[in-house]
Amino acid sequence: MANVISDETIDYVGILAKLELNDEEKEQAKKDMASMLDYIDKLGELDTTGVEPMSHVFAVNNVFREDVVTNGDGSKDTLANAPEEKNNMLGVPKTFD
Amino acid sequence: MDILDLTAVELSQKIKAKEITVVEATKAVLDQIDKKEESYNCYVTVDKEGALERAAKVQEKIDNGELSGPLAGVPVAIKDNMCTKGMLTTCSSKILSNFIPTFSSQAVINLEEAGAVIIGKTNMDEFAMGSTSETSYYGPTKNPWNTEHVPGGSSGGSAAAVAAKECYYALGSDTGGSIRQPAGYCGVVGLKPTYSTVSRYGLIAYGSSLDQIGPLCKDVTDCATILDVIASHDEKDSTSVERKDGKFTDALVNDVAGLKIGIPKDYFGEGLDSEVKEAVLAAAKVLEEKGAIVEEFDLSLVDYAIPAYYTIASAEASSNLERFDGIKYGYRTEEYEGLHNMYKKTRSEGFGPEVKRRIMLGSFVLSSGYYDAYYLKALKVKALIKKAFDDAFAKYDVILGPVAPTTAPKIGESLSDPIKMYLGDVYTISANLAGLPGICLPCGIDSKGLPIGLQLLGDCFKENNIIRAAYTYEQARGKITNKGLEA
Amino acid sequence: MAREYETVIGLEVHVELATKTKIFCGCSTAFGGAPNSHTCPVCTGMPGSLPVLNKQVVEYAVAVGLATNCKITQYCKFDRKNYFYPDNPQNYQISQLYLPICRDGKVEITTDEGTKFVGIHEIHMEEDAGKLVHDDWDDCSYVDYNRSGVPLIEIVSEPDMRSAKEVIAYLEKLRTTIQYLGASDCKLNEGSMRADVNISVREVGAKEFGTRTEMKNLNSFKAIARAIENERARQIDIIEEGGQVVQETRRWDDNKEYSYAMRSKEDAQDYRYFPEPDLVPVSISDEWIESIRSNQPEFKDEKKKRYMDEFGLPEYDADIITGSKKMADMFEEATAICGKPKKVSNWLMGETMRLLKDRDIEFEDVKFDAVNFSKLVNLADEGKVNNQVAKEVFEKVFDENIDPEEYVKANGLESNSDAGELKEVIQKIVDANPQSVEDYHNGKTKAIGFLVGQTMKEMKGKANPAMINQILTEILNG
Repeated sequence: MANVISDETIDYVGILAKLELNDEEKEQAKKDMASMLDYIDKLGELDTTGVEPMSHVFAVNNVFREDVVTNGDGSKDTLANAPEEKNNMLGVPKTFD
Repeated sequence: MDILDLTAVELSQKIKAKEITVVEATKAVLDQIDKKEESYNCYVTVDKEGALERAAKVQEKIDNGELSGPLAGVPVAIKDNMCTKGMLTTCSSKILSNFIPTFSSQAVINLEEAGAVIIGKTNMDEFAMGSTSETSYYGPTKNPWNTEHVPGGSSGGSAAAVAAKECYYALGSDTGGSIRQPAGYCGVVGLKPTYSTVSRYGLIAYGSSLDQIGPLCKDVTDCATILDVIASHDEKDSTSVERKDGKFTDALVNDVAGLKIGIPKDYFGEGLDSEVKEAVLAAAKVLEEKGAIVEEFDLSLVDYAIPAYYTIASAEASSNLERFDGIKYGYRTEEYEGLHNMYKKTRSEGFGPEVKRRIMLGSFVLSSGYYDAYYLKALKVKALIKKAFDDAFAKYDVILGPVAPTTAPKIGESLSDPIKMYLGDVYTISANLAGLPGICLPCGIDSKGLPIGLQLLGDCFKENNIIRAAYTYEQARGKITNKGLEA
Repeated sequence: MAREYETVIGLEVHVELATKTKIFCGCSTAFGGAPNSHTCPVCTGMPGSLPVLNKQVVEYAVAVGLATNCKITQYCKFDRKNYFYPDNPQNYQISQLYLPICRDGKVEITTDEGTKFVGIHEIHMEEDAGKLVHDDWDDCSYVDYNRSGVPLIEIVSEPDMRSAKEVIAYLEKLRTTIQYLGASDCKLNEGSMRADVNISVREVGAKEFGTRTEMKNLNSFKAIARAIENERARQIDIIEEGGQVVQETRRWDDNKEYSYAMRSKEDAQDYRYFPEPDLVPVSISDEWIESIRSNQPEFKDEKKKRYMDEFGLPEYDADIITGSKKMADMFEEATAICGKPKKVSNWLMGETMRLLKDRDIEFEDVKFDAVNFSKLVNLADEGKVNNQVAKEVFEKVFDENIDPEEYVKANGLESNSDAGELKEVIQKIVDANPQSVEDYHNGKTKAIGFLVGQTMKEMKGKANPAMINQILTEILNG
C-alpha cells in the first residue's frame, strides 16, 4: 500500500468530523482510509491540466428569492424535535464564549 | 386476477371504473405486508391507520371528481430519507431514530396532490451509503426473489417492497446507482431522472450534487407516469430546473426505428458475470431487431468514475451530516461532559460503521493540504467524464449496458470488503457524476433464479429516449415473474 | 538604544445587511421577536431543507463593493465553511472563499497625520450565526436561531493601517459609506457592524511582517483603540524578552482591558471549504452592475463639499453633519421646509450634539422628525419664543418629537412682543431701581443685565430679550 495513515491523522480527522473511535475502530479506519486513498490516487494518472473543476453539472446561474417575508412564527416546529428545550430555546451543554 | 398483480396505472383505472375501492387496494397491500414483512423487512415504518384513513378520503375525492389523475388512490411507499410531515423519518440511522419532520419533501407533496396513499417508509442503507441495504440500523432488507440475497441498495427497501407487492410503487433516491441497482437486483423498473428534474427539497442529503429522487415500479408505463407527477420546478430547490420538454408519458412509444444505441465496450470487460453479459447483449439484439441502430464504442474514463465519485460523495456527505449533532433533533447520547464530548459521543454512537467510514474519508479529502490533490482533482475528472458522455451522446441517443456486474450477491458477502462493494457501482456511478438520466429494467433471470438488470442511459434532459427504448424492449420481452414469491 | 516598533493592522469587518429577510429563507430579520420565532427549516438546519439566495443581498454587496472601488467578481460562488458550534445549526456556514463577490478595492481615510488609502482585499457574502444565551444558574446554554441566516458581508482590508487612529478613520469611512447606501445601520454596540482586528508589530524599517494575532469581541471604537494599544504592548514585550508571538485568535475583555487566547484542542481551525452544491453560481452582468452604480447616492465627501458651496456651512460643521447619513438627511429636509440652512446647522451643531452626548446616543437613534425640528427653528428664529424657552422646547422635540408650535401654545410660552405693555413694565422696573440706573450711567454696563432679568421675571419669561434690551436702552438713554 502506498498510503499509510498515522494515528495522528486519524485523531485529527476525528476532531474535524467529531467522531470518537475506539482502538479497534481506529485500526480499521486507518486501513480503510489507506486503501481508499490508494484507489483514489488512480485519479493522478489523468492529466487534468487546464481542466476547470466542475462543481455544478449544469451551467445554471442566478436563482434568487425576492426580499419578501414569507415565513411566520416557526418556533414550534424548530423546537418540535429538540432533545432539550427551555424558554423557547434549544438546550446545549454549557459553552463559554 | 390478484389485485396485487396490477400495475399502478391499471389499479387507478379500476378504481376510477369503480371495480376496486381505494380502501380495498390499501387493505390488500397492508395484508401482504402482514404476510411478508417478517421475511423481507422492506419497511422501517408502516402507517396502517394513517393509510386507511387517507384511502377513505382519497376515495371521496375521486368520487366527487376532485381527483382524476393516473395515480389517484394508488398505495405508495417512500424511502425513509424523504421527509414526511408527522411520520417518522430515520434514514435507517440510529441518529434519526426519533425524528418526526415538520414538513414533507416536495416529491411527496406532489404525490399526495395526485391522490397517492402513503403506506409507510422503506428501509435503506444508512443515509443511503451502501449498495446492499445491509447497513440499516433496522436490520437488512432481503431480496424477495431469494431471501439469502441482498435486494441491492441503497433503495433496497423500496425495490423489495415493489417486488414483494407490499406497495404498488415506491420512491427511491439515487446518488450513485441507488435506484437503478436495487431495481436490477429485485427485477423491477427504476429510473433516475436528470439531475434537477425532481426537487430535492425534503430529501435528506447524502451527496447534494449527485442526489436525485425517482420511481421504483412494476413497468415502464408506471415509471413514466410517476415521473410526470413527481417532476416539478421547485423554487425551494435552487438546483431545480423547469422542464419544458413535454410529458414523460408521451415517450411511451413502441418503436425504436432509427434510435441510435451505443454499447460501451468498456462495460463488458473483466469482472462482468457471463450470464449478465449474455442477457444484456440479447436485449440489445431485441432492440436492434426492432429497428434501432446498435453499435459498440469506446466510452473511456470508466475506471476513473468510482474514485472520483467516492471522493466527491464522501466530501459532500461529511459536510451534509455535520448537522446531526444531538442539539436540534434526533438521538443525543445519554451521558457526556461538555459540548465536544456530547458531539463526539452522539455521533459515534448514532452513526454506523459505513457512514463513519465515509465521513472520515470526506473530512480528510477536504482537509487543509489535501483539498487540491483529492477533492479538486476529482472535480476536474468529473468534468472530463461529463465531456466523455457529451461526446458519446453526440453520436448515440441511448447508451446500453448492465446495471451491475453480477446479480444480487448473498447477504454478508459485500460488507467485508468496502472497495469490492464500491466496484459494483461501476456502471451506475457515471450517470450521477454527469447528471444523466438512467433507467433499469429486468432483461432475464440467471441460473440462480435471480433477475438481471438492463441499464439504459440517456443524455441530460432526454428521458424520452430511454423511456421509449425501455418501453419498446419491455413490450417485446414479455413478462418476467418471480416464481419464488408465488410459492 | 530602545528599538522602535511599527504596528501593522488589518481589519475583518462584518456588516449585517438591512434586508427584510434572511439570506437563504423568507424569515424576517427584525429584532426583538420571541426566541426562535423568526426561524424555519432552512435557518435551523433541518434535514432536507435547502437554501435559496436573497437577491437583495447581492445588490447590497455589489453596491458596497462599487462604493469602495472594488472589482466585482462577475461569476461568483458560495462555499461551505465547516465547523461545529451550537449557534451554527448546520455546523457549516455558507460563505465565500474561492470566488468572493468583490476584490481589490480601496478607500481614502483622513487623520490628523494626513490622507492615505487603505486597500480592500475582498468582500464576501455569508450568513450570520444564532445567539447563545448563558444562564449562570444552569449547567446549560441555550440557542436562539432568530439571527441565524441574517445576511452579512465581510469586508477584509489589506494590512495597511498603522495606528488605532487610522483604524477608527477607516471604520468611520466604511460606516458612513454603508449607511449612505442604506445597506446597513452599522451599529457597533448592537453588533450590526463588528470588527476583528489583525495586529502584528515589526521594527521600524523591517520589510517582513511580524506574526499576527486576531482580536475579537470589540464593541466600540474605544474598545478597538484600547485593544490595539494593549496588543501592541503585549507583542513588543514578548519580542523584547526574546520570545515569539503565536498566531492565534484572542478575545478582548473591555472591562478588564485584557485579552486572552481562544484556543482549544477541539478547534482545529481547518474549515474544509468546498463549493456549496445547494446553490448555483451568481453571474453579475455589466448591465446589472451599471444599474446598481447609477442608483448610488451622493456620498459623504461630495455632500460635504456641496453643503459648503451651496449653503455656506463652515467645513467643520459640514463634516460633522455629513458624518451621519441620518443627520445629513435631517439637515436637508429641515432646510427644505424652513429655508434656513445656517439656523438648522446651528441647532444640529449646538443643542443636538449636546443632547446626543448627554443622552449617550448616536444620531441614528434620535426620534424627532424634520417637520417638528424646522418648526422649532422657525419659532426661535422669529423670536416667538426666547432663546431659553427654545432650548427647553427643543429638548422636548429631541426626546419626544412633540409639535413645538402646539406645545408652546398649550403651555403659554410665547414671547410677549406687545411693545406697549413691555414698555410700561420696563418703565416700572427702571423707576423701582434707581441704583441700577445710576450704576449704568456711571459706566457699569453690567447693570443693564440686572434690569433685563427683572423685566423677564415680571413678564414670567414670556418676552423677547432682544426687544427688552432695545426698549431699556431707549429709556435709559432717553
